[in-house]
Amino acid sequence: MTTVSHPAPPAIDAAEELVIESPRKRAWRRLRRRPPAMVALVVVALIVFAAIFAPLIAPYDPTEQSWTSVRQPPSLAHWFGTDENGRDVFSRVLYGTRASLAAGVVSILIAVMFGVPLGLLAGYLGGWTDAVMSRLTDAMLAIPFLILAIALAAFLGPNLTNAMIAIGISATPIFIRLTRGQVLATKSEDYVEAARSVGNPHWRIALRHVLPNVMPPLLVQVTLTIAAAVIAEASLSFLGLGQQPPMPSWGSMLNSAQRFLSNAPWMAIFPGIAIFITVLSFNVLGDGLRDALDPRSK
Amino acid sequence: MFRLIAKRLLQLLPTLFFVSVLIFSLQQLLPGDPALVMAGEEATPEVLAEIRARYHLDQPLPVQYLYWIGGVLTGDLGVSMRLRAPVGELILQKLPITLHLAFMAMFIALLIGIPAGVVSAVKRDSWIDYLVNVIALAGISTPNFWLGIMLILLFAVNLGWLPASGYVSPFVDLQRSLATTILPAIVLGTAIAGVIMRHTRSAMLQAMESDYVRTARAKGLYERVVVWKHAMRNALTPVITLGALEFGVLLSGAVLTEQIFSIPGFGKLIVDAVFNRDYAVVQGVVLITACTYILLNLLADIGYILANPRLRP
Repeated sequence: MTTVSHPAPPAIDAAEELVIESPRKRAWRRLRRRPPAMVALVVVALIVFAAIFAPLIAPYDPTEQSWTSVRQPPSLAHWFGTDENGRDVFSRVLYGTRASLAAGVVSILIAVMFGVPLGLLAGYLGGWTDAVMSRLTDAMLAIPFLILAIALAAFLGPNLTNAMIAIGISATPIFIRLTRGQVLATKSEDYVEAARSVGNPHWRIALRHVLPNVMPPLLVQVTLTIAAAVIAEASLSFLGLGQQPPMPSWGSMLNSAQRFLSNAPWMAIFPGIAIFITVLSFNVLGDGLRDALDPRSK
Repeated sequence: MFRLIAKRLLQLLPTLFFVSVLIFSLQQLLPGDPALVMAGEEATPEVLAEIRARYHLDQPLPVQYLYWIGGVLTGDLGVSMRLRAPVGELILQKLPITLHLAFMAMFIALLIGIPAGVVSAVKRDSWIDYLVNVIALAGISTPNFWLGIMLILLFAVNLGWLPASGYVSPFVDLQRSLATTILPAIVLGTAIAGVIMRHTRSAMLQAMESDYVRTARAKGLYERVVVWKHAMRNALTPVITLGALEFGVLLSGAVLTEQIFSIPGFGKLIVDAVFNRDYAVVQGVVLITACTYILLNLLADIGYILANPRLRP
């Protein structure tokens, strides 16, 4: 009798392990492998920290005027110098983070709250709903983002809340279009057909089966739109349509800095660097997320 | 071909309708009585009555819309409350200034974006590629009004080479015109250069992996001929289309850039109108911007079809 030697069962290799890895874990693992995205994530976390704990970190009251230290250059007492009213620029930049992040978060909430359900409806129902929604989206997208935001802020009235609403409304069509496109691509998938064939109601299919698959590109878009919203808020505040004095905002700080460029350039340099770092971090994070969530990437 | 263009034109009609409804609806956002908001708190009842009659504010909303769109279709965009001039005339005066700036900015953006994108694609994953990508991302992330302020600080305040503000038409004095517009054009152009670079890079990478490039290489052509003559020619079509669409971004950017450099263009017109509660001007500027964008979109589509024989019916 001959004995047949069977090869030892192969150990579960890395590829098989990946199969059972959840999409969230896989995306996080891929994101961690991208140093620029991880640096950006840390910077974003620091910015959020600065916004929340500004009263504890800021060395001075951002609205406190001091006529004895008007337009002082950067020093140990005032790291970023002082402005035309003797206010500490570092404290104002720190507090300005609040206006920028609030604009980013609130406008995104508005855009997602309206854009995602409308895009879901348009893509899932199709027909007239889709046709009307698509033309409405085209119409909104035909008006450049900032011009629409300026016009809305102008009619609503100049303050930070209205600026955030204006930015949110201006960002909504991007989310309608993105969600619609993803829903169209998803709704003919086998698992959606299967859910439909076992008698699931439309709302359940849309919310339980279609929406989760739309989330990854939405997450990327959210990150990139926060960057755009930060610039938009700074632009509106720069024009006087956002945060009103004496509360600080990076945009309004740049507006007043313009008048003192020749003798107090620090007033313009630091708020600008703050906007640049914030926007760059969200953009790099968005790019990293796009790569990490892309099924084709390794 | 003509059927295709006619079809695209027909598709535009509902979009234009919704654009007009959106812009008309802006007026409904005004808190309280629109006539009172437009005229100010101290307006006399006669002035209020005149405004209500002029804008048909005493009529139902659909009727107000019909009056407004009827005026727009006959070229009447309303009258500026502050400047006491027809909005259409004001826009016609200011638009050439902004277009001059926008064309210069686009030239700068293409001059930087296309070669940078091509080099980045050809030298894929090299340090040049990484450097160009970092610069492009930095360009996209820089708020253009801050860049404008920094350029004024450097070239006008510190070096004294260029004026910090103002505008001179090229038909009046070409040299001074260039001096007053170069900084704003750089500010506007660099914002788009990053986007153009990224699209050029991605289109070039796709083109470099295509069969016709492989064939060109197999024929023994020089690499520079393969890159610049074969790959780039095909890769540029979507980039030029994108360039047309980026004009909308330029018009947006002009609002801030013109404010910083005190250029009396289209962007400054809307900002001044906003602060003077000159709502007819705001609506007019938004309408013309949207129509310009839609028109450019259409031209880009047609251009794309003309440049790409495979898309022709």
